[in-house]
Amino acid sequence: MQPLLAIKNLHKSFTMHILQGKKIEALIDVNFTVAPGEIIGLTGKSGSGKSSLMKCIYRTYLSDGGTINYHSNDGVVDLIALNDYEILHLRKTEISYCSQFLSVIPRVTALQVVAQPLLKKGLPADMANEKAMFILKALGLSEALWSGLPVTFSGGEQQRINVARAIIDPPKLLLIDEPTASLDAATKAVVIDMLIGLKSQGTTIVCISHDEYTLQHLVNRCIHLEKGIIVN
Amino acid sequence: MNHYSENWLLKVEGLTKIYGKSNVRSIENTGPLFDSNICPETGAIIACADINFELFPGEVLGIVGESGSGKSTIVKMLYFDMEHSAGCVSFHKAPYIGKNILNESNQSKRAIRNHLMGMVYQNPRDGLNFKFTSGGNIAEKLIMAGNYHVGTIREKATHLLEKTEVPVLRLDDLPAHFSGGMQQRVQISKAIANHPPLLFLDEVTTGLDVSVQAKVLDLIRELQQELGIAMMVVSHDLSVIRMLTDRTLVMKNGRIVEQGLTDQILQDPQHPYTQLLVSSIL
Repeated sequence: MQPLLAIKNLHKSFTMHILQGKKIEALIDVNFTVAPGEIIGLTGKSGSGKSSLMKCIYRTYLSDGGTINYHSNDGVVDLIALNDYEILHLRKTEISYCSQFLSVIPRVTALQVVAQPLLKKGLPADMANEKAMFILKALGLSEALWSGLPVTFSGGEQQRINVARAIIDPPKLLLIDEPTASLDAATKAVVIDMLIGLKSQGTTIVCISHDEYTLQHLVNRCIHLEKGIIVN
Repeated sequence: MNHYSENWLLKVEGLTKIYGKSNVRSIENTGPLFDSNICPETGAIIACADINFELFPGEVLGIVGESGSGKSTIVKMLYFDMEHSAGCVSFHKAPYIGKNILNESNQSKRAIRNHLMGMVYQNPRDGLNFKFTSGGNIAEKLIMAGNYHVGTIREKATHLLEKTEVPVLRLDDLPAHFSGGMQQRVQISKAIANHPPLLFLDEVTTGLDVSVQAKVLDLIRELQQELGIAMMVVSHDLSVIRMLTDRTLVMKNGRIVEQGLTDQILQDPQHPYTQLLVSSIL
């Protein structure tokens, strides 16, 4: 079967002009493939390059060299070579990124934040809200908070809003950074169940995690990074 | 993949604005490399030079840079508030396809402004006529866009004020008696009254307090999602850019030094100036 994602000779460094051009190597010759429907765990110490790798795939970071071939609905494309508009199109339709921390627009309620991806797609508000409520309920977020503003929430509550928003409209490829980091054991299990549910709907997931339980119960395979190099 | 490559709305090529007498070397002797936009030989000021970019329907494009980098100059030339020195701007809307709209007659330029563009200025006094009521200001734009029925105009003005959360009771009040945030929202109502496919926003939240700022930004986002208007957002505030835009141009000394996806510009800036800018976020 053709891989969904095939990363070849990926290099990424940062040149810090404000530090007299100091160069930091973040990723060195990274190679791996991801099959459709797989859940890959990215592991490694802080600073080992996990997030950099994810951001290179999402094109938040510009890679120095290599190819990231992605099997899109329109055929195989190199995410490094696509223009900005093609990337924006893929982000809108196929690839989602869920960061470690929630970043939201001020004055928007929790429910609206979660329903946003469906509304953007043109779904009627009542249907989008219904789906959002369903997910928030499943994640155990108390109903009293639905009309609250996420900036005022606790870390774990924000985390659940973040995950809910990421999975309400299942993408083809989900890049997710520490989805269970600030959650208690019970909620952790719910999030893991939901992500496995996405997989059964055809979503491929690349997930960064430090959490043993999450890795054991969620991922099919781990890719371990050390100082920007894959060591398995 | 070819989702976007052909159907741009606005294409800007070689747009340049020079004040004073320049010579053939004025442009090559200025810019970020020289950290100056003043020609060393003639003293001409190169407000901006060699500006190239495209804007797609429904896209929100940010322009960032320090004061004097040429951000507003670009927008003012595109809205015909300012004469250009050189360059070509194509607008993919009939009957202007294939033409340089900067060279159109004044009459055509007015028609483009009235039917295809909206502008929100930093200072509400630039966008609103303070001698007219808030309703009168919106009516002015509607009349210029070809609406003449008084009842319809009032109805539309009321609807626009509702949409921008300005109390409808104040339809017949002068904007001079409004707060800064309200004036700005009346200005936005006026700018979108003619349903333009393109809206320019020049430092629209500068000088407003944070809660009002959030309200205005919220409104802009909502309008963008609901109406699918393409926008050019000029701001020196990177949080505004992060909240509103998909792509960003970074300007310095009258040139574009970097352009890309907004998250890339903010998280993996390439140009030394952008790195400095991003590392200066509070």
